[in-house]
Amino acid sequence: MTEAPALFGLLGSALVALGLYGLAAAPTLIRRIVGFNVAGSGLFVILGALGARDAAAGPDPVPQALIITGVVVALSATALALAFAVRLAAMGQRADTLETLPEDDR
Amino acid sequence: MNPALAFDLTLCALVLGVAGWTVASRDAFGSIISFIVYGLLLAIVWVRLGAPDVALAEAAIGAGLTGVLLLGALARMAPDPGPRRPVGSLQILAAAGCAAVGLGLAWSVIQLMSETRGLQAAVAQNLPAAGVENPVTAVLLNFRGFDTLLESLVLLAALLGVWALAPEEAWGGRPGLAQHVRPGGVLATFGRMLPGVGVVIGVYVVWTGSNAPGGAFQAAAILAAVWLLAIIAGGVETPRVRSTALRIALVGGTAVFLGVGAAALAMGGAFLSYPPQAAKLLILGVEAALTISIAATLALLVAGPPVRP
Repeated sequence: MTEAPALFGLLGSALVALGLYGLAAAPTLIRRIVGFNVAGSGLFVILGALGARDAAAGPDPVPQALIITGVVVALSATALALAFAVRLAAMGQRADTLETLPEDDR
Repeated sequence: MNPALAFDLTLCALVLGVAGWTVASRDAFGSIISFIVYGLLLAIVWVRLGAPDVALAEAAIGAGLTGVLLLGALARMAPDPGPRRPVGSLQILAAAGCAAVGLGLAWSVIQLMSETRGLQAAVAQNLPAAGVENPVTAVLLNFRGFDTLLESLVLLAALLGVWALAPEEAWGGRPGLAQHVRPGGVLATFGRMLPGVGVVIGVYVVWTGSNAPGGAFQAAAILAAVWLLAIIAGGVETPRVRSTALRIALVGGTAVFLGVGAAALAMGGAFLSYPPQAAKLLILGVEAALTISIAATLALLVAGPPVRP
């Protein structure tokens, strides 16, 4: 186990910042979903780093279990979001905008 | 600088670089591929943080299944809109906001590092009565079994949402298009060889999760992957989503989990409390049912909404 969990905590914070920027500024919907996933995994890294704080007592299994749950839930959310995105694309929404189409154009 | 710290620094720099490329890449395909690489590098980060179960879950679910989902969705969407807009003031504002969030988180993490009280001692104390030796499995299926029960329900809810997006004519039908694969080619051959190996590995991972890194979710991802491979290689058809057998397989895990919890309640204990002498048997039973259900759910989440009747 690492002796520098703070380093990974900082990594997690940087990943959250990167992921949030991807979520906010990406040109297409699918890249926003990728950004959301990067931010989510960054949060998990922060949680894991906090679980590895005490080198003497070993890793803390409770945050690890929460992270595994989080990974699975993030996958479900991503699957649902991508299903929506594909359906929107099939209905004619352009990839690079979040505006809804007017009724008669669908 | 000792080698471990040098390794950690290099790993963090790599992960940051790949994540940066994921966000800044010019096209969506490059972004998704680098996201998969990012997920695999993150699995090494988890090993460094003393979390091999999380590493398995991240590699299988976070990098593998999410990557397949993204690539599949990308293939069904319109091509990229072309050259980017130039970076304007709104993007700079967003970047500043995200940097502020990152700095705030970093400051909080540094503050929290000095506080080292964790739950290791409490888990170690109650581990003998838990029925399994892997503390993460004990937490997931015994101490915090309620979270896992709700997690299986979340998976089913997401699947319902995906199925609800089926077009009218394909309602209740098969997800995915019919696969036409060259007989005797690489895909067809591996599609016959690998599922058998994958099933054995999946069963092993859930079995060994009781006293070594592993567990139901990791095994479910492996089983889902080989089922998807068999479908992609043309070996089996995707099932009709209105099929009763499929629906029983999907809810079976949650039903068994709920049944065991209710039985514990009926016998005088708390909901989802296992009597220590029967704990291992009950946990293995619940894990077996959960693995099958979650494998089916994950595979169908990746397969998408029904598109043909």
